[in-house]
Amino acid sequence: MLARRIIPCLDVKEGKVVKGVQFRNHEIVGDIEPLAESYARSGADELVFYDITASSDARVVDKSWVSRVAKVIDIPFCVAGGIKSVADAGRILEMGADKISVNSPALANPELITQLHDRFGQQCVVIGIDSFYDQQSGLYQVKQFTGDEKRTQTTAWQTADWVNEVQARGAGEIVLNCMNQDGVRQGYDIAQLKSIRQHCNVPLIASGGAGDMQHFSDVFTEADVDGALAASVFHKGLIAIPELKAFLRGQGVAIRN
Amino acid sequence: MKLVIIDTGCANISSVRFAIERLGYAVEVSDSPERIRAADKVFLPGVGAAAAAMEQIRDKGLAELLPQLSQPVLGICLGMQLMTRFSEEGQAQCLAMIDTDVRRMQVGELRLPHMGWNQIQAEQNSKLFRGIEDGSYFYFVHSYAVTVGNHTLSSCEYGGRFSASIGQNNFYGVQFHPERSGPVGARLLDNFIQLCD
Repeated sequence: MLARRIIPCLDVKEGKVVKGVQFRNHEIVGDIEPLAESYARSGADELVFYDITASSDARVVDKSWVSRVAKVIDIPFCVAGGIKSVADAGRILEMGADKISVNSPALANPELITQLHDRFGQQCVVIGIDSFYDQQSGLYQVKQFTGDEKRTQTTAWQTADWVNEVQARGAGEIVLNCMNQDGVRQGYDIAQLKSIRQHCNVPLIASGGAGDMQHFSDVFTEADVDGALAASVFHKGLIAIPELKAFLRGQGVAIRN
Repeated sequence: MKLVIIDTGCANISSVRFAIERLGYAVEVSDSPERIRAADKVFLPGVGAAAAAMEQIRDKGLAELLPQLSQPVLGICLGMQLMTRFSEEGQAQCLAMIDTDVRRMQVGELRLPHMGWNQIQAEQNSKLFRGIEDGSYFYFVHSYAVTVGNHTLSSCEYGGRFSASIGQNNFYGVQFHPERSGPVGARLLDNFIQLCD
């Protein structure tokens, strides 16, 4: 049976892994390669590296660490951050990344999704979506440039519409980051993920809010997501991946051993 | 032992090379017919779309050479699909190294691509899987597949059974990515290098 995936997310800023709370106040967690290697050894099913400064700074930063990561780990990994063109994506994939994830540049130019699909195939193309629940309007809104608080914008897209659009353009996977929950460890946004799952016919990855092992179980069983992404609970050692996987197997969730 | 990865211009060449190097072997990436012919073992990697990849292989003048190779060849993911006669993806005529075809997966309500870790089951006793237990998880990413048939070495279940790996004579193919499948993937690559003939 296809296993549900546990995906540690490593936010990269200036060549180091960092973690902030609700996208602010970044603190250094450690160096990229040893962290990647230790997560792979501990049973992570996949890794995501987000270069959180790249899009908002309008530059492509030094990505030589991608090929250093590809050399040391034997699980798939995805790279996000500042990929604005087919050429940018090609360089990252050539360095050994398995997938590239595009967020703000896809909002600026949706045609980019089509181009990436046509050149590299659907399986490489991950679309990251930062979605914010606006209590006043009761709508899920897509945000852009979330890497830099000062530049973060609310787009004209409602989340479900953007999810439909990116699939029509050839996205192979969607990572839905529920911003209200990010970094606060109160659980994934089950209501939102459940509602988006109905619009999503490609793999859907939950992001934002993991605080304890039950949260992972809930998001798999209630929102039917394909993978669950988390950062701080892993980086801070609050949850060890082998224990999490044993717990989920005990709950009847299909998990790789 | 001379190992050559065929430079198809596809995206997962680096990760295949790194995986072989992690096993302690030297490996060359090449699209030269002489270098490929002189290799002891040949790897045919690939991701992306079948028709585009076949075009690149033809442009490089490798479409006639590859079916004539007499040493073991391992196709990986799209590389495996290119070893068949025909792929429904883009209606591509392929290399006809293994007598089977590639079809769009029919998975009902399930999601495509079939992406993630799934379990394999042996259908034949193959050296490729020596020491790898039934039920082992490998990493898959694909929407097209070979149905189970005479050439199936191992199978996988996703909305129906399909070939996780195929083989015929000196030609082997795996639908999953051994280079990204942890220790069992490394074992499979080592089996190919050490045991297959």
